[in-house]
Amino acid sequence: MGKTLAEVERKTQGNRGLSFKFDLQAYTLIIALVLIAVIFSVFTSGEFLSSRNISNLITQMSVIAVLAIGMTLVIVAGHIDLSVGSLVGLTGGIAAILQVWQGWGTFSVVIAAIVIGAVLGLWQGWWVAYRAVPAFIVTLGGMLIFRGILIGLSKGQTVAPMEDSFKQIGNSYFPYIPGYILAVISIGLLVFWTLQNRKKRKQLGLMIPAATLDFGKVGIYAFFILLTTYMLNRYLGIPVPFLIVILFAAVFIFISNKTSFGRSIYALGGNQEAAALSGINIKRSTLWVFITMGGLAGVAGVLLTSRLNAATVSAGNMYELDAIAACVIGGTSLVGGRGKIVGALIGALIMASIDNGMSMMNIQAFWQYIVKGLILIVAVWIDISSKK
Amino acid sequence: MDAYALQMKGIVKEFPGVRALDNVTFSVRKGEIHALCGENGAGKSTLMKILSGVYPHGTYDGEIIINGQKVEFKNIKESQDAGVGIIYQELALVEEMTVAENLFLGHELMRGRVIDWNKIYAEAQKSLKHIGLNIDPQTKVGDLTVGKQQLIEIAKALTKKTDILILDEPTAALTESDVEILMGLLNELRAKGVTCIYISHKLGEVMALADSVTILRDGRTISTDPIEELTEQKIVSKMVGRELTELFPYEPHQISSENIMEVRDYSVFDDKGKPLIKNASFLVKKGEILGISGLMGAGRSELFISLFGGLKGKRTGTVLIDGKETRINKPQDAIKEGLAYVSEDRKRYGLVLGMDITKNTTLAALNKVMKLKIIDDALEVKKAGELTSKMKLKAPNLEAKVGQLSGGNQQKVVLSKWLMTNPKVLILDEPTRGIDVGAKYEIYKIINELVSEGVGIVIISSELPEVLGMSDRVLVMSEGSITGEFLREEATQEKIMMCATGGKKHG
Repeated sequence: MGKTLAEVERKTQGNRGLSFKFDLQAYTLIIALVLIAVIFSVFTSGEFLSSRNISNLITQMSVIAVLAIGMTLVIVAGHIDLSVGSLVGLTGGIAAILQVWQGWGTFSVVIAAIVIGAVLGLWQGWWVAYRAVPAFIVTLGGMLIFRGILIGLSKGQTVAPMEDSFKQIGNSYFPYIPGYILAVISIGLLVFWTLQNRKKRKQLGLMIPAATLDFGKVGIYAFFILLTTYMLNRYLGIPVPFLIVILFAAVFIFISNKTSFGRSIYALGGNQEAAALSGINIKRSTLWVFITMGGLAGVAGVLLTSRLNAATVSAGNMYELDAIAACVIGGTSLVGGRGKIVGALIGALIMASIDNGMSMMNIQAFWQYIVKGLILIVAVWIDISSKK
Repeated sequence: MDAYALQMKGIVKEFPGVRALDNVTFSVRKGEIHALCGENGAGKSTLMKILSGVYPHGTYDGEIIINGQKVEFKNIKESQDAGVGIIYQELALVEEMTVAENLFLGHELMRGRVIDWNKIYAEAQKSLKHIGLNIDPQTKVGDLTVGKQQLIEIAKALTKKTDILILDEPTAALTESDVEILMGLLNELRAKGVTCIYISHKLGEVMALADSVTILRDGRTISTDPIEELTEQKIVSKMVGRELTELFPYEPHQISSENIMEVRDYSVFDDKGKPLIKNASFLVKKGEILGISGLMGAGRSELFISLFGGLKGKRTGTVLIDGKETRINKPQDAIKEGLAYVSEDRKRYGLVLGMDITKNTTLAALNKVMKLKIIDDALEVKKAGELTSKMKLKAPNLEAKVGQLSGGNQQKVVLSKWLMTNPKVLILDEPTRGIDVGAKYEIYKIINELVSEGVGIVIISSELPEVLGMSDRVLVMSEGSITGEFLREEATQEKIMMCATGGKKHG
C-alpha cells in the first residue's frame, strides 16, 4: 500500500529549493526611495543628496525610527500604540526636569527616562494583556494621560538648557577614522555570519544557496555601508543618533528573528488562539511588547530633548502617527502577524525624506501633510494590490 | 430536446504555473441531484467558482449553457440573476443580524424607497416554512446551531428564484440529525424541480442522495455515471485513480498494560457554574488508539481541551500522567507533561496561516531548535524538513505559507508540529475533517506508526466508521458524561448510537 501511495505522489516533498524569492514589497520600497531621492535631487539641483543634507536627514529621522522599531513589534503582535508621541514628550520632559531643575547627571537622567518609559509601557500592557481592554483604547487614554502629566510636571513651561554631555547624545558625530573602522567591522561580521551559516547548513545536509548569490548580497550590503560612511564622513562623520538607531535596530531584528519572544510576537499576531494552544504565553508576550515600546519611547524622548536642547509641552506631538505610518509604508500589516523592522526603518526614511526635501524646495508646510497622507494611502494600496 | 439544466463544455482555467481545469465537461439534468466528487485540489471549487461568476467570463476558456442558453457571467450578481445559487462550506451569514434580515440581505423588499419590514417578516416566515424550519424570523442567526444556519443559507438562496443550487460540503459541520434534516430538504427540493449540485467527501451521503455523479481528478473529468452503476468503492477508486482495498488501515498491534494517562472523576464547569463535563473517568494506555464517539455537543472536545489546559472555568477531579498526579492549568503545562492536542478547527486553533511551514512546525517546541536561547535557523529547517517529509507533506518548499496548502497538507503540518514535542499522548480531534481520501489514508498510516512507537492516541471523531475502523477501544459520550465503553471487537454502530443518544450504560 505504501508503494502505491508513493506512486501517486506527484509533487516533490519538503525541503527542496532555496530559490531567490522575488520580494515585490522590498523592491517597491527601494524603488520608491530611489524615486523620491531622484525627484528631490532634480528639484534642488543635487543639494538633496549632498553629504550635509544626508547627515541632516538621517539625524532628523532618528526619533521616529526608534519609535518605528518598537511600533513594528506592537503592530505585528496585533495591537497599536497611540500613546508614543505623548510618552516621548513625557520621558523627554522628565529627563529635562531632572537635569535642569534637580541637577541630575546625564547618565542617571537617560536611565530614568528609559525606565519610566518602560514602566508606563508595562502599565498600558497590563491593561491590554491582563484586562483585555483593546490597545487602541488603552493607548488613546495613555496619549491623554501622559500629555497631561507632562503639562502638570513642567507647569506648562519650556525646560532648558541641558548640560553639554546630554546635548552631545543627539548632536555629536562619530569622527572619521573610527567611522571607517566601524564600517569595516560590520562588513567583517556580515562575511563571518554568511560563512558560518553556509558551514552549518552544509553540516546538516541542507541546501546551500549559490555562493555568488550569498556573497553578491554581502557585496551589495558592504557597498552601501561604505558609501554611507563615506558620504557622512565628507560632512562631519556618522551622527550619533544614527548609530543609536542602528544599534537598536540590530538588537531588535535579532530578537524578532532569533528568540522565542520574537517568534511568539509573530505567532500571536498571526493567530492568537493557535499560538495559545501551542503553549505560547500570550499575555506575558503582549506585556513585554508594550514594555519594549515604552522603553524605546524613553530612548526617543532622550534623543528629542537632546537634539532640541529643551523640553516643551508639545514635544513629540503626533509622533505616534509618523511611527505607525513608517511601519505601514514598510509593509507591516495592521491585522498583525506580518512586518519587518527593516521595512519600518525604510518607511521612516521615506517619511523624513519627504519632509526634508519639501522644506528644501521651500514648499509650504501644509503640502507636507497632504503629500505624506497621500503616500500613506498609496503605500497600503500597493501592498494590498500586490497580494492579489 | 434532452433537458439539461446546465452544461459546461471544454472548461479550461489556468492560474500562474498550474492548469487547474483542463477541458472539463460537466452536464446536469433538470431536477436532479448531481454529486461532484474529487479529492481536494481536483478542481471542484474552481469549477463552481466559474459557474457562479467568481471567475468572470474571459478568465477561462470554454462555454456555459444554462437551460439551453449560452451565458457569460461577469460577476456573482449576474449568475444569481440567472438562477445559480451557491452555498459555501464556510457559512456566509451575518451572525449579528436576524434570520429575516439575513434572508433578504442585498435584496430587501421595499415600499417606495424604504424597507418594508412587515413584508420581509411575512416572506421570511413563508420561506422558513418552505424548508420545514419552525423558528421566529426575528431570531438572531448567531443564536442558532450550525445545522440550522446551514438551512437558513439554503432558504436564503431560495428567496432569490434559484434553479440551480450548489452546495459545497454542506454537511461538514453538521450533526447526524441535522444531516438528516438537510437530506430530507434536498429530496423535497428535487421533487419541486430544483436542480442541485452536491459537493461532498462523505460518500455515504452521495450514495443516498444523488441521481448521478461526476468525478474530477487533477482538473479533468473522469466520468459521469448514474448512481445505480456506482458503489462507494468505485467512486473512491475513480477519485484517487487506484484501487483502495481498505479505507481504514487498522493494524493489530501490541497494547502495553502501562497507563500513560488516567483521568478520575473529572468535571468541568462553565463560567456560570453549569457543568460541561460530569465525572469523567477513563484510561489511555501506552500504544493504544482510544476512539471517542458521541453526538455534536456531547462535550468530547471540551473534555480534552480542558485536560489540555485550554479551557477556563472551574475543574474538579484528578489527572495522572505516568502514574503521577499532575495539575495542568495551561497548554504550556500540558506540553511539558507530554500531551498534544490537534484541534478540530485547524485554521483557527492549529495554524498561523500567514507563517511558513517551518515556523508552524516548530511553534510548540521552539526549545528543541534553540541553542543558548537563540533559534538555530539551520537546525530548525532541518528538523522541520525531517518531520514534514515523514508526514509526506506535499508543498513547493518549506518557506511556503501554510495558508496556501490544501486541507490535508495543513493537517500534516499540524501533526508535524505536535510530533515535534515528542508527545506521550496525542489527542486528535476530528483528524480527517475536510480532508480528501488519499490524505486521510496517509494520516491513518501515520497514526498506526505512532502507536507502534508507543504513543497513546485519542481520536475524537463524529464519523462512526472512522472510530470503529481505527480504535482499539471506544468511549461514547453523551451530554457531558461518558455513557459507554467498548472494545474493538464488541463495538458496533448500533451500540455506539444507543449510548450516544443517552441510552443505557454498557460495561
